[in-house]
Amino acid sequence: MPDTTTQQDPRLETFSREQLHEFLRKMLLFRRFEEKAEEAYAIGKIGGFCHLHIGQEAVALGFIGPLREDDYAISAYREHTQALAKGLEPGPVMAELFGRRSGVSGGKGGSMHLFDVERRFMGGHGIVGAQTALAAGIGWAIRYRGGDQVCVCFMGDAAVNQGAFHESLNMAAIWKLPVIFVVENNDYGMGTKFSRVSAVPVLEKGDGYGIPTHSVDGQDILETWRFTEELVARVREGEGPQYVDARTYRFKGHSMSDPVSGTYRSKEEVTEKTHKQDPITLLRDRLLEADLLTKEELEAMDSDVRKEVDEAADFADEAPFPPEEDLYAHVYAETNPNGRLFLDGRDR
Amino acid sequence: MPQITYREALNQALAEEMERDETVFLMGEEVAEYDGAYKVSKGLLERFGSDRVVDSPISELGFAGLGVGAAMTGLRPVIEFMTFNFSILALDQVINSAAKLHYMSAGQFSVPMVFRGPTGAALQLSAQHSQACETWYVHSPGIKLVTPGTPADAKGLLKAAIRDDDPVAVMEGELLYNVKGEVPDPEEGDFIIPLGVADVKREGDHVSIITHGKMVHVALQAAGQLAKEGVDAEVVDLRSLRPLDVEAILRSVHKTNRAVYLEEGWPYVGIGAQIVALIQEEAFDYLDAPVLRVTQADIPMPYAKNLEKLAKPDAKRVVAACKRVLYQD
Repeated sequence: MPDTTTQQDPRLETFSREQLHEFLRKMLLFRRFEEKAEEAYAIGKIGGFCHLHIGQEAVALGFIGPLREDDYAISAYREHTQALAKGLEPGPVMAELFGRRSGVSGGKGGSMHLFDVERRFMGGHGIVGAQTALAAGIGWAIRYRGGDQVCVCFMGDAAVNQGAFHESLNMAAIWKLPVIFVVENNDYGMGTKFSRVSAVPVLEKGDGYGIPTHSVDGQDILETWRFTEELVARVREGEGPQYVDARTYRFKGHSMSDPVSGTYRSKEEVTEKTHKQDPITLLRDRLLEADLLTKEELEAMDSDVRKEVDEAADFADEAPFPPEEDLYAHVYAETNPNGRLFLDGRDR
Repeated sequence: MPQITYREALNQALAEEMERDETVFLMGEEVAEYDGAYKVSKGLLERFGSDRVVDSPISELGFAGLGVGAAMTGLRPVIEFMTFNFSILALDQVINSAAKLHYMSAGQFSVPMVFRGPTGAALQLSAQHSQACETWYVHSPGIKLVTPGTPADAKGLLKAAIRDDDPVAVMEGELLYNVKGEVPDPEEGDFIIPLGVADVKREGDHVSIITHGKMVHVALQAAGQLAKEGVDAEVVDLRSLRPLDVEAILRSVHKTNRAVYLEEGWPYVGIGAQIVALIQEEAFDYLDAPVLRVTQADIPMPYAKNLEKLAKPDAKRVVAACKRVLYQD
């Protein structure tokens, strides 16, 4: 990937100043949100597994931003910023991370299982690759009802070695389902470099199903956004599923227990990537260079975003924990009048 | 009342529900052009078209997951497994997606779908095609499970399962598809058997044979033999393993004070283990003998006809167990 920070991108002219500022503001919001989550995790406000998306913000924004409200997005467990991109509010998302009842999943899901039925955010899913089959089902349902929505399905690069992935691409292809499979290719599945577990690159994993495959620079919001706009239009018109290798990089460890660099990737590699391929600084510098952004505007924007994230954390911190009566709620959608559904012998 | 086969009863249930509700569709291996591996879906493709009766690739994990995704948007998929043996490949989507999405999303998403197909052994299909899969499904909260043993139960329970707002597994029996029985005429109105209601298939006072699925027939056979020896056995068909009709179990045990659980599957951590635990917890003072279980031998199913017969639970073993709890052996 060339260092483009000193070159003016002709694509800048195809976006309005407001749009460009909004891209920057959103990505800054995602970044600050994740930094706040990291901070909250360190002091024990967030428990369990927590997978930060820092470094991959342009993929979330680029593939979700151009969607309509009635389009669907589904993801794996590194999905905080995708949820924000789909319109979920930072407060309830943070509250979910904090395990509070005001969280988007009522405190039942946590970091890995964010859901919003209204905004058609179909979840964070914790089993690698499993969401690809659910995405095929969402695509199936769109087609079944004769709708023109699309479903964007995110996964990490490790998912392309799962059976579910291959079964889903095949089904999506034979039934021409309106699903865009997006591999957030950050080159590592947890601590395993992709080339150690696959004989072919990520892009080629989409071959063999009759699905168009694409590659995009996932650190470049302008490229990703334009690419998605065009792709979504084609899928909406009935072109069927698409497979995208979105090249990106994870700036933090796999989860909170994993150091940023160490046994599986060098400090030099991480430093190089974070300095040269940060989607936020790439856009920021382009805008400053092209006089589309002033330093004052940038400072105001960052300060606004930090305030928004602080408010989200305050909201989460003040939100109540789920009451005890929530324990048995929502196991079943329908309580049958006959028979026992819970066999634990406990009083409820 | 008309006599129809178990297969026809399931077919009626599918056709009636697809007619009633456009969100219901059937997907699985060979369900459309082939009319179903066991002909359960015969004629449905012609009647409802290829968008609603869908041949899938052999991708159990994939099409089970597709069903879950479609159900999340409000469709009511009926996913047929050619046998539940093959659904072992799909268990991640069953247990991690179908059973948990309602809970993990705090009720925002429901998964109103059915997984159906035969469970258990047929004849000489050997180890990988002869397993009772009930335990794997019913173990996980969030899924319901019914095991019809007769044509009427098959129809009524499948219809109830399709209408239920949760994922319901309907486990049938390969050896049951040709069994005939009385099923109410569709002209006389909707025939539904609610989930969670057991059925006493034979009344008796001396010992309760509690069972589910196609073992109902083995239990009735055993009860017939016991009757000749003056033992009046009650046969309780649970029909539904979750929700579980605990009251029906306790009622029968209160009456007979002795119970035997009969199941097709393996004993260790099986359905019977759970029922025995429940009886001793909730009806200990009513028991006059330990509750025994009759199950498959604790081995993979062998192919050889003579060995297979030895491995399966049969009426003879049920009779022996009943005599033991009656202290007659």
